[in-house]
Amino acid sequence: MALLSKKDSNLILDPLADNNPITIQVLGICSALAITAELKASLVMAISVIFVMGIGNIVISLLRNVIPSKIRIIAQLIVVATLVIVVDQVLKAFAYELSKTLSVFVGLIITNCIIMGRFEAFALGNGVWRSFLDGIGNALGYGVILVIIGFFRELLGSGTLFGIPVLGDPIAKTGLYSIGYENNGFMIIPPAALIVVGIIIWVQRTRNKALIEEA
Amino acid sequence: MALNTEKNSYTVLFAVIMVAVVGSLLAFLASSLSGKIKENERFEKQQNILYAMGINENTQDSGVNFIPTNVVEDRFLEEVKGQYVWVNGEIEEDDQAFLIDIKKEFAALKAGDDARLPIFMGEKDGEELYVLPMYGKGLWDAIWGFMSVDKDMVVQGVYFDHKGETAGLGANIKLRFFMDDFIGESLMEGQSYSGIAVSKTNNDPLNEDKQDNEVDAIAGATITGNGVSAMIKETLKLYRPYLETIRNN
Repeated sequence: MALLSKKDSNLILDPLADNNPITIQVLGICSALAITAELKASLVMAISVIFVMGIGNIVISLLRNVIPSKIRIIAQLIVVATLVIVVDQVLKAFAYELSKTLSVFVGLIITNCIIMGRFEAFALGNGVWRSFLDGIGNALGYGVILVIIGFFRELLGSGTLFGIPVLGDPIAKTGLYSIGYENNGFMIIPPAALIVVGIIIWVQRTRNKALIEEA
Repeated sequence: MALNTEKNSYTVLFAVIMVAVVGSLLAFLASSLSGKIKENERFEKQQNILYAMGINENTQDSGVNFIPTNVVEDRFLEEVKGQYVWVNGEIEEDDQAFLIDIKKEFAALKAGDDARLPIFMGEKDGEELYVLPMYGKGLWDAIWGFMSVDKDMVVQGVYFDHKGETAGLGANIKLRFFMDDFIGESLMEGQSYSGIAVSKTNNDPLNEDKQDNEVDAIAGATITGNGVSAMIKETLKLYRPYLETIRNN
């Protein structure tokens, strides 16, 4: 396995675990709450962010020596906004159905603090290949949490996964519902996402004590 | 090559070049894709209208399955017996009526100006079917749809869509479990155009009572549901003069 050096592979693996943008750095919480009522929306958002962050980090890294530091935030913002518009237009032309499912989420990507954070903290100071890996890694770390939250919220809140009923029919009382199980309506409202994030953080810190901050 | 990126002149130059590059890139993209996007939008409207007429590829337990885009245009021309606009109390034929921007027309009408309200005619089991477009507000943004009724104002099919309702909650107005409930409900309550209310308290989750002018609401989507109720009422109000002529025929 010499595809990636140890240092490079850490760029991808760290954000997935001990340096996760959502559970450790507490970035990108807003979209994690807003769009995770369904697994499908979570997954699509994750994929879009992976795309925008991978390309965005490359562009910023390429431009890192020519961007004037006074207007670097604006320059970063333009890069994200441009990429998001490109994604939006291309989807509208060639994957119209998908673009409708995504509609607002694509716009939401611009406001995702993880993206600006990585541009600022990593891509401005590192080479193209490493920036690309860092972008993909962080987007994956974000996406994994999104998918986990989406999975539990959709399963417990609606009894479905990807819109397909997996626990039986709540109205006709089949499957689990026949023995008195009920969907938990609380799970589909945004605060439930915070609770799921909290549980993930709890599990993560129980497994790795080094993550616990000094009181 | 050491570049002094701190100079003001450089900063301005950089900003100008970046804006020019990005601007022309996006302009090029938008103009080269706009034909394709317009075509997609046209097919979508045709699919939606056909869906509201009950013409789709749904099976018993499937989700929403439209007529596929490659055949939708032919199917639309075949199934829609006439496209009309209602202007100033007169009905006129217009074979591009499905492209009319409802939002503009509704706004004009409410401001007291002349408006062109599109109406599509179809047929179901030998009975005439009238498809009305709708437009309203959900929680975050616009909601819209089409509804087909027979001459007694009994709903034969609906299609709802939205711009940005919450996924898993308000966004579910475009799912079958919600839309199918409207079929068979009457828009009339005696002689008044009551519409159909999306109700949280109707005690009829299976929607067996088709005379109650109510369908069951979606949990967690109160405002979107109220938006749907209001949208139906609004459409009935605006189309009322036309609907009177159907009922009196």
